[in-house]
Amino acid sequence: MICIRNLTFSRGDRKIFDDISMDIQPHKITAIMGPSGTGKTTLLKLIAGQLQPDSGTILINQQNVHQLSQAKLYQLRKQMGMLFQSGALLTDMSVYDNIAFPIREHTQLPESMIRTLVLMKLNAVGLRGARELMPSELSGGMARRVAMARALALDPEMIMYDEPFTGQDPISLGVLVKLIQTLNQTLHLTSIVVSHDVQETATIADYIYLISEGKITGQGTPKELYNAYSEWVRQFMHGKADGPVPFHYPAPGLADDLLDSP
Amino acid sequence: MKFFQSLGHSSLQFIAKLGRSSLFLWAILSGLGYTLSRPSLLIKQLYNIGALTFWLIAIAGLFVGMVLGLQGVYTLSTFGAESALGVMVAASLVRELGPVVSALLFAGRAGSALTAEIGLMKATEQLSAMEMMAIDPLKYIIAPRFFAGFISLPLLAALFSAIGVMGGYLAGVELLNVDAGSYWSQMQSAIDFHEDIINGIIKSIIFAWLVSWVALFEGYDATPTSAGISRATTRTVVNSAFAILLFDFLLTALMYGAN
Ligand SMILES: Nc1ncnc2c1ncn2[C@@H]1O[C@H](COP(=O)(O)OP(=O)(O)OP(=O)(O)O)[C@@H](O)[C@H]1O
Ligand SMILES: [Mg+2]
Repeated sequence: MICIRNLTFSRGDRKIFDDISMDIQPHKITAIMGPSGTGKTTLLKLIAGQLQPDSGTILINQQNVHQLSQAKLYQLRKQMGMLFQSGALLTDMSVYDNIAFPIREHTQLPESMIRTLVLMKLNAVGLRGARELMPSELSGGMARRVAMARALALDPEMIMYDEPFTGQDPISLGVLVKLIQTLNQTLHLTSIVVSHDVQETATIADYIYLISEGKITGQGTPKELYNAYSEWVRQFMHGKADGPVPFHYPAPGLADDLLDSP
Repeated sequence: MKFFQSLGHSSLQFIAKLGRSSLFLWAILSGLGYTLSRPSLLIKQLYNIGALTFWLIAIAGLFVGMVLGLQGVYTLSTFGAESALGVMVAASLVRELGPVVSALLFAGRAGSALTAEIGLMKATEQLSAMEMMAIDPLKYIIAPRFFAGFISLPLLAALFSAIGVMGGYLAGVELLNVDAGSYWSQMQSAIDFHEDIINGIIKSIIFAWLVSWVALFEGYDATPTSAGISRATTRTVVNSAFAILLFDFLLTALMYGAN
């Protein structure tokens, strides 16, 4: 389905990706994990054709995303849902209109049918009652769930979730994990989940890629990764503070820093 | 050495920006068909951009006209030529002050608001999200705003001139007792439709183009942070003002310089 080959991408002088290749299998849930700031969101934007790689190719259904004309790219994106990390709801429309927006723009459906569709999507994320609210009246977790309903609005074949679980209470978190899994099974979607929640993600992912410092540092099924030989992978998967993955941004020792008063 | 380096750097940046903004303009213009096929988007922006600037323009036009009336009477009376007040007021308004002042006010009121709105939509990834929904924000968001500005400003400039003429009448005729008959009749006979009115309209159309383009481009090109948006808003007002005054000079030279 999605085939990434020798991808390199830099921001300024910093290489965010250095010659990485990965495959995303159709009708499966692929998770992408890695420390904050490694470029997970950037990877999704590259896949969606919003950023141009320095070199390398990304093929979706055998089409090279970065060589499509705008019309073809937009055609492809209609089959692609994306949940933005920030939600990115349109702030001058109500929750209802936000979800109806892509349907109204891309189909000729009568308003009564749009209503049914919108209410079903909202019901799936538990926010049917919040449809009259404006985005500024939503909490962070609610906004993300509305954004998820919007990503599903056009019934895409492929969906990319950027941090779907952040800011959710344990109950909605459980519901969302279930929802992603159910959607994948019943509608045969291809899903990409970017997440820090190792536990939750590992329960639904079919395959996991771990990325760090521009490279793929581990890949495999959740089980394989939990038992991985690499210390780095084990530390990340088990969330241990000690190990090769530094928690701190590079800095002199704490004692030196504290004593070093000007 | 440093000086030449930074000079070269900023000229390169300027040329790059000019290139980006030309592409941007091209993309907007190719969205004309889309805007015409979605009149509801255009009407909403006509209201936002045009109607909300209405009162500012009306009040400014009234006061500018009244000041012209007062100043005109003081100057003309030294030559005993008060009867030419109508011509003086109308000509200055229609040729210069109407297009220029309303464009400057429009840049301050509507232009800065457009920049901030687009900049904020960029910063909150709303434009990105639209692209992901296969809806081109240049067509859906930017083009209707551009054409709304393009339509509104010439109308507002005409309004400014019309109300200004009334203001001149109030100050000159009602306040300072210039003869009402000569105010209107001299104006009618001396103001030329082509020479004055059409030229004024051409000016305001070009200013409308400039201000809408600058305002929308600065928003679209803004650094997506609060400081970046505030800088972009300032640039909109400053660059629009420069562009308006520069083009006013060029157009005036072209239109009236030859004779
Ligand atoms: N617009 C931008 N301009 C310059 N650098 C950027 C920009 N966006 C992101 N970066 C840089 O690219 C790197 C990767 O960013 P990205 O948002 O992809 O990280 P991430 O893996 O999604 O992190 P998180 O888990 O915190 O969301 C970061 O180091 C960031 O500094
Ligand atoms: Mg991210």
